[in-house]
Amino acid sequence: MTSGPIPLPMPRVLGALGGTGPGEAARPRFATAAREALADTGQRRSLRESMAVLRGRREAATAEAADWEELREAGRAVRDRSLLSLDTHLETLEGAVTDAGGTVHWAADAAEARRIVVGLVRATGRSEVIEVRSPVTREIGLDRALAGAGVDVAETGAADLAVRLAGERPAHFLLPAVHRDPAEIRRTFLRRMPGAPSDLTDDPRELADAARAHLRRRLLSADVAVIGAAFAVAETGTLVMPEGDGGGRMCLTLPETLICVLGIEQVVPCWRDMEILLQLLPRSATGERMSPYVSTWTGVSAQDGPRDLHVVLLDNGRTAALADEVGRAALRCIGCAACLSVCPVYERTGGHAYAAGGSVLSGPIGAIWTPQTRGVRGAAEASLPFASTLCGACGDVCPVKIDIPGILVHLRGKVVQARRHRPVPPPEMAVMRALAWAMGDRRRYEPALRQGVRWARLLSRGGRIRRLPGLLGKWTEARDLPAPPRDPFRVRWRER
Amino acid sequence: MSRERVLRSVRAALGEARGTEVNVPRDYHHRLTGEEAGSRADVVALFSERVADHRATVRHVGADELATTVAAALWAREAKRIVVPDDLPYGWLAQLEGVQALADAGTVDVAVLDAVDGVVTGCAAAVARTGTVVLDGGRAQGRRALTLVPDYHLCVVHADQIVGTVPEAVARLDPYRPLTWISGPAATLDLGLRRVPGVHGPRELEVLVVED
Ligand code: SF4
Repeated sequence: MTSGPIPLPMPRVLGALGGTGPGEAARPRFATAAREALADTGQRRSLRESMAVLRGRREAATAEAADWEELREAGRAVRDRSLLSLDTHLETLEGAVTDAGGTVHWAADAAEARRIVVGLVRATGRSEVIEVRSPVTREIGLDRALAGAGVDVAETGAADLAVRLAGERPAHFLLPAVHRDPAEIRRTFLRRMPGAPSDLTDDPRELADAARAHLRRRLLSADVAVIGAAFAVAETGTLVMPEGDGGGRMCLTLPETLICVLGIEQVVPCWRDMEILLQLLPRSATGERMSPYVSTWTGVSAQDGPRDLHVVLLDNGRTAALADEVGRAALRCIGCAACLSVCPVYERTGGHAYAAGGSVLSGPIGAIWTPQTRGVRGAAEASLPFASTLCGACGDVCPVKIDIPGILVHLRGKVVQARRHRPVPPPEMAVMRALAWAMGDRRRYEPALRQGVRWARLLSRGGRIRRLPGLLGKWTEARDLPAPPRDPFRVRWRER
Repeated sequence: MSRERVLRSVRAALGEARGTEVNVPRDYHHRLTGEEAGSRADVVALFSERVADHRATVRHVGADELATTVAAALWAREAKRIVVPDDLPYGWLAQLEGVQALADAGTVDVAVLDAVDGVVTGCAAAVARTGTVVLDGGRAQGRRALTLVPDYHLCVVHADQIVGTVPEAVARLDPYRPLTWISGPAATLDLGLRRVPGVHGPRELEVLVVED
């Protein structure tokens, strides 16, 4: 419960490390954005219910796997192995993709990635593409760039479609419409989707059929597709894509040209590593034993798959994160979003609050990813590490064992350091030092957390903490927090 | 050039840590353990149970009943026209009266694939623990479009193709082939977090397990 306020005053500046899409306005910091999200009660309810469902699914799926902890440890090691020799693996990947008939492009930042993709689409002479939206294509602001170049983009995902038709941004990087219930999606489809059947109900089955009917012709006739992928295997040049609805299969099966945009950290050393990651990802992400579809493809194919394959490898601040010995563990992330569904802050504010902070990745991973890849000079980025109660649940569920709370504390320290030149030493520096010390050791951390719980319960009225006193006031400004449970999650977990 | 720039930043970022070897502890289960499945029959039973969990239909047949079961499954759906890979064993369709089977050698048009009533294929491997069939474009499986565009997929799995775990499957499969792992019909959680069929892949999957 101990946490420093966000240093004030904070100039609104754009992140210095690029990644800003054309024409994007200055981003409000987390507290401002969160307050707006907190006001939308319908959205909060849907999100809360959805997160509870996802938590339940994940718990059941991981409890069933008797070797889950061994898999997590192996997953951690595979990802560390990828990262600590990242340069070698990237060069191996480039060689393997090239040998298999593909072309590799390198993009230092989002603008360069956009330029590359737009150029590749233009070279095909087509003005229509289909796309499986992924965190990386969103990160580089690809849709807007393609639209600007006169290219018409059709998304394959029903939720992506719903979110775009509603004129919204995704609230969750795996399940973009998770904050909207089927009734709302139905209304959006009826109002905005040409050809939606007028007797459409809010049965998810009917909604899926309506989206299918709407998208089918475009997908079956597309010549160019843009997708992300979950992993790229260096040894063989194989791209791996788990999914549910088959939109990805459409993209890599029917069009002649396939453009795949990946973050450089998504490489893994060898094919055999898939035996670990393909178990960790589906169970963590959606609580499934395996995703309905997993496609893998290596290079081009005359008969079966793309005849022209382009892989765009994107840095966009990842190497800045890699340079931090503590923070680099964030790059292990396999994008399962499990940390979101256990996060009390995410559940109450939703992904939009983080998105407004410049983040595509929201929730706990967003809070450690964005400040590292974009730097903490901007107020929005600097505020993200404080968007956490440090309850520890995220680190406990992460399938590749990223110590998210530890990195958050580390980054808070960095934010404070970065503002050290200010004449009066900010009080949070002392708080942070004490906190880092307390978090450094489990025996110190848990009593500290218990203590925090004790006084936080005293402060709460009707189960809600509206404003903490003194220097912590800033922190509760946008956090209409429930009083913490008597037993912190960590303690309960160990006592099971 | 950005290639050099990115690689240079990676190297600089890693500094002394660069190239540190990390040992990957592989002490997770490589085979099914006793609780999950002790014998061969248990593996097959587990596979069937897990396929059914994905809301796919699963049936066990003896080798001599395969042709009649395939025909019965198609009749039950009132299928008139189906597509099959051109190297599908002839015997599988031997009882197929009143259903026209188009043999695809990579040339059937997408519009035709979209219009047929289903597709019948074999598979390269299957995974019990996850209820998965894997296609690799090899014998009796056809190209990817064949099992993607039609709305109904009937997949024949020989019991000896079923392995217990994901590690066993990964070891058996060739990453240079076009692999599609299929665990149930296409499904989305996008619309209310209930697994519903759709949106783009076959909305129905039927698995026939052939035991000799
Ligand atoms: S940080 Fe861990 S739990 Fe969160 S999305 Fe990444 S892999 Fe999943």
